[in-house]
This record gives sequence, structure tokens and C-alpha cells, in this order.
Amino acid sequence: MKIHEYQAKEIFARFGIPIPKGDVTNSAEEARQLAVKYEKAVMVKAQVHVGGRGKAGGIKYCAEPDDAYFNAEEILKMEIKGLPVKKILVSEALDIVNEAYVGIILDRVSKKAVVMVSPAGGIDIEQVARETPEKIMKFEVNPIMGLRGFEATRLGMFVYDDFKLARQCASIILKLYDVFIHSDASLAEINPLIVDREGKLIALDAKINLDDNGLYRHPDLEEFRDLDAEDPDEIEAKKADLSFVKLDGNVGCCVNGAGLAMATMDLVKHFGGEPANFLDIGGSSSPEKVITAMKIIIGEPKVKIILFNIFGGITRCDDVANGIVQAVEHLHPNVPIVVRLTGTNEDEARQILKSVGLQATTSMEEAVKMALEKAA
Amino acid sequence: MAIFADNKTRVIVQGITGRDGAFHTRQMVKYGTKIVGGVTPGKGGTKLDDIPVFDSMKEAVKATRANTSIIYVPPAFAVDAIYEAADAGIKLIVCITEGIPANDMMKIYHFLKHRGIRLIGPNCPGIISPGLTKVGIMPAQIHKKGKIGVVSRSGTLTYEVVYNLTLAGFGQSTCIGIGGDQIIGTNFIDCLEAFENDPGTEAVVMIGEIGGSDEEMAAEFIDKKMKKPVVGFIAGRTAPPGKRMGHAGAIISGSSGLAGDKIAALNSVGVPVADIPSQLPILLKEKLEAVREKAAHKKAKKKAAKKKTVKKVIKKAKKTAKKVVKKTKKTTKKKATKKTAKKKVAVKKKQKIILKRK
Repeated sequence: MKIHEYQAKEIFARFGIPIPKGDVTNSAEEARQLAVKYEKAVMVKAQVHVGGRGKAGGIKYCAEPDDAYFNAEEILKMEIKGLPVKKILVSEALDIVNEAYVGIILDRVSKKAVVMVSPAGGIDIEQVARETPEKIMKFEVNPIMGLRGFEATRLGMFVYDDFKLARQCASIILKLYDVFIHSDASLAEINPLIVDREGKLIALDAKINLDDNGLYRHPDLEEFRDLDAEDPDEIEAKKADLSFVKLDGNVGCCVNGAGLAMATMDLVKHFGGEPANFLDIGGSSSPEKVITAMKIIIGEPKVKIILFNIFGGITRCDDVANGIVQAVEHLHPNVPIVVRLTGTNEDEARQILKSVGLQATTSMEEAVKMALEKAA
Repeated sequence: MAIFADNKTRVIVQGITGRDGAFHTRQMVKYGTKIVGGVTPGKGGTKLDDIPVFDSMKEAVKATRANTSIIYVPPAFAVDAIYEAADAGIKLIVCITEGIPANDMMKIYHFLKHRGIRLIGPNCPGIISPGLTKVGIMPAQIHKKGKIGVVSRSGTLTYEVVYNLTLAGFGQSTCIGIGGDQIIGTNFIDCLEAFENDPGTEAVVMIGEIGGSDEEMAAEFIDKKMKKPVVGFIAGRTAPPGKRMGHAGAIISGSSGLAGDKIAALNSVGVPVADIPSQLPILLKEKLEAVREKAAHKKAKKKAAKKKTVKKVIKKAKKTAKKVVKKTKKTTKKKATKKTAKKKVAVKKKQKIILKRK
């Protein structure tokens, strides 16, 4: 799950990472009032779940409260990379002496958290890695020992020649590691980490991505979910414990298992069709899940056919068949349904489907071809 | 033959009394898996059918001499279940549970690796060695005993592929679902290495998907270390970037984890990748035929070469034998003269010493 900069900064503040004064708002007038309150120049920053906000004009320096008003008004009308800006962060503008980078990511290859630091901050770290890799220091954290102080100091000294700054940096790195671990993050990043005129280190920007699997133990972080930024169908699917991703085509797919769901989409495309969605009804699928799934699929007017592709394992085909029957009876879908069933309890499932006049094939390719014929 | 699990596998089911746990325990027993016990804290002393249930893994292992466990407990308890299995001395842990946080998995991965314990999963269908044992949730009837190794990040897609293989007459030595999470206990390379060393496996089918770089690393391994043929399938060619496609690990982030890159990496090391699952048996057949032809060709060549070399060797041997005889004669003479010379010197020295004493 992605969260906004202002939310990430809220987490930073809880863990003692210094951040600039700031407040979030959705009105230009409030932006002006905040500028007045801070009694100094402010930055107005668009809060959207994409990178490159600055380049897109979503971050503006405002010397006067009136500037804050006009800039805020403009930014709130913007769309950045297709996402409408609904909130802005108004924060005090700081004098920047130096910009650095500090980040922690979950590395799938080493299966460890990797801390990355660089004295070249304020720009995309991937660009730094490509062009001047010598300016990046990476450190794989032993997950059992955790990040130790001496390791953080070594990283801090790579960024700053001045030992006082290096020590401050080390302390921030340790706190960022705590944020990473205790929030179940897959990424925690400060870019840039700045030095101000008083020689203090401050996290000017903040980015945190949360591991969805860890959210169950962080109800406070779950509240950070921005429902405006997500597709309403995807939200409903999530509530029903379904994985759903909306696509552009007209073949509604309902599959058990993520790999098979992807392969089904690929197969639809392979035979010249376009999938309307990715939908994985998951492991032990109850009939209720199937009903929700069908509801979401037929809610999209583009959909011309519903294709079920079920290969029973932990999912029992009879459960799915019961779900299909109930869904047909409750929802009366006006698009045809093509079903493919193989695996655990498939014979029982076939019997159940007969009651609503549905026949199930055993071959995925056959089912996809049939679906495309009916959709045409 | 098989890898990781065979007829010596003795299994404890962690979470045996749950809905899924009980259902799949019975399925495994039906298949012939040696399910020697189960664990559900608080239900020790009871039984599921004839299977004894224990309160803890320690008791269960002590009473049953189990070497393997399979985990069906919810994510909040699964982490503990893995540690408990490791602590009880289990050597192979199969974790079906989906939704374990990556932070926990980082610790578990390194903890288990240090102790030489194999974890398959989490978020996986488990492992089956057809005809020997099934430690998982896959539908058994689609499998058939044979010589093809199957390794996959997916569950149901693996069934799809295995179903196609079996229909085409390709039985399997072992099929492993390694799991769809970002951090998993056993990866492609572990399985490829084991299949390469398994005399019962003739070729490998590898099923990958978008996200991460495991397939690319596997391609490198295949290029450097594998002689057995491998064919592949990659799911998610039509997946949009930045969206998690069900599996925690199936996400294209930025420009990394694309299906196209994985297919290219595999193709570049001679691994054909099927466009659709039903193509896999065809590719496999082609690969195996090519290997057999090559082997036959090599044999024929070797035989022909052997005949020639045998003659040559005999000739050479005769020549060298003659030379050796001559040489040895000479050298023995030389050695003899040297020895006598040394002896003479020694005698003289002794004589001198005696003279001096006098």
C-alpha cells in the first residue's frame, strides 16, 4: 500500500525523525492561512501516489501568503500522471545547504533490508545508481541482528565528511530502520535529507510503501489508505478478500489463483481478445466470494462475457459451483457465462451447475475460445 | 526418484483440526502420504480419524519421529508455527499459509538457512512426488509418476501445466510450488540444482511470473550449471505495471519484473518459453528428442572414435614399451654406478675417521 508524503511524515515524527513544520489541506484559502501562521515562505506540495511531482509542477515555492493561495488553487486543479490532486501539503520553506539521500528497501535477492545512502540527494536515486554508482553506499542489514549503531555511523560518514553531521545522519538512519521494521514497510525513503543553515538534518520529503501482508497488525496505518486514489471496484473486492485489478477489455475473468488468473488474461489476449480484469477469488473460496466477484464483473458495462476458470486445489470446485448458481439466481446477469472446472470435487460441481443449465468444460483453452466467440 | 520429499517423508500437520487442515490431511492420507500426527494447541490427546493430535510440535516429533511438517494456520500464527517446527527438529517445512509479512520472512529465511532447514513456501501449494508422497494441497489425480521435474511460483497454474503434461504422457518426478511471495524459503535455483542432481529427473518445466528477478537468475544458473533440458512458461504478459497481481511478489515495479525480460533471459540460454500452457508438452518433447539425438550422435561418434583410438593406443603402447625398456636398462646401469661410487666415498670417509682417531 502506498501512503502520502504527509502521512509518511506523520510516521517519521512518531519515531523522532526531524521534519519541517507542515499541515495538509484541500483548500487554497486554508493554504493561505497556514502561510500566515508560519510567518515565512512555504512550499505547497501535491499529495498524489506518483513520483516526479516536482517536474510536473506539483511542488511550488510561495514567498507570500497570496502566492500560497494561487499556487494551491492551481495545484488542486491538476492531474499528475492521470491522478487528480485532492490534497496539498503546506510546509515551511527551509534554507538548504546540502541535499543527501537515505533509503531502506526490501531486497528480494538478498532477502534482507538494504540501506542505501548517497551524498547526491534530491534527484531520482535510480538515476544516481546508473550515472554515478560510486556515490551510493549500500548495506545489507542482518535481519536477526538488526541495524547496529556502528553500521549506521559508517553509512553516515559516507554521506558527510563532517563528523557531527555524520552522527546526526546515523541517528536518522537508525530511526528510519525502526520505521521500516515497525511499520512493516517495503520501502522507507528520505529524498532529500537536507542540512539547514543551523547545521541540522531535516527530512524534507518522505516516502513509505507498506507491505500489504503486514497491515493486519497496524490498524492505525490501514487508516492511511486513500480511498480516493483507489478504484471503487478494487476496494469492494478487497473487502470480500478478492484480488481484483481493472483492465480495459470486455472479457470478464473470474479465476482461482493469481498465476492462473494471469495466464487466463494472457490466453484471452493470445487468442485476440481483451481481458476486462484480473480477478483471483483466492484459496478456500466460499460461495459468497463468488457472488461478490460476479457482481463486480457485471458492474462494468463493457463486459460482454463472464469466463470462470477454476482449477480446484484448496479451492473446491463444488464451492465455486454453488457460488455461481447463487449468483445467477440473485444477480440475473444478462451476459453469457462460460465455465471451466477441473480438480478437487469437480464431479459434484458439474452436477450443481446442471441445475441452472450451465455446462462446464475441462480445458482452459476451449473455455477461452468459447468465451471469445460469445463475446464477439 | 524424487527431490526433497519421498516415501521416507513423515509428516506432521500444523493446524490439523481447521477446515482446510482437516480436509487436506484426509486427501494426503488417501494419497498414501505418511501423516504421523497433527498439532493444534489445546486439542492434544484427541484424534483426527486415526491420526493423533498433539499440543506442541516438540511432543509430536518426539512421539512420531516426523521429519516434515505442513502448515495450514492463519498468517498471524504461521510465523510462530515455522519457528516451532524448526525448534522441534523438523528438516522440511511446507508452509501453505498466504499473507505472512515480508519482515518476518526475512528473519525466518536466514534463521532456517543457518540451521540447514528447508522451507517450501509460504503461499504455496506444497510438493508432490507422484507415487511416493504428497505434502500439499494439489489435486492428486492430475499427477502421474514419471521423469519430469516441475517448479513453479504459482499454485493453480502449476495444476494447469501438470494436467497438460500428464495428458501428453509426461509423468513427473517431483512438482514443487515455491510460492508467490516476495521472500520464499526455496527458490528456482535450489530446485533446479536438486533436479539436475536427481537421477530420476530427465527434464524440468519451470513456471515463472512477473515481479522480481528470480527467473533471470535461474536462467544464469541453467546456462552455467545445468545439463538437463529446461522449458519454461511465464505468466503476466498482459499485467499492467505497478499493480500487485494477487501474489505479493507478482508486481512490475518501474521497469523491473517484466514478463518480456524474463522470457528473453530464458530464451538467451536456450530455454524455450511457451506462449500458452498447452504448448509446454510440445516444447518438452522437442527438447527431449533433441537431447536424445545428441546423445545418440555422441555415442556413435564415441564408438567410431574408440575403434580408431584402440588401434592407435596399442601401437603407441608397443613403441613406448620398447623405449621404456631401453631407458630402464640405461638408468639402472647409471644408478648402480652412482650407488657404488657413493659407497666407495663413504668407506674412504670412515677410513679417514679411524686414521684420525689413531
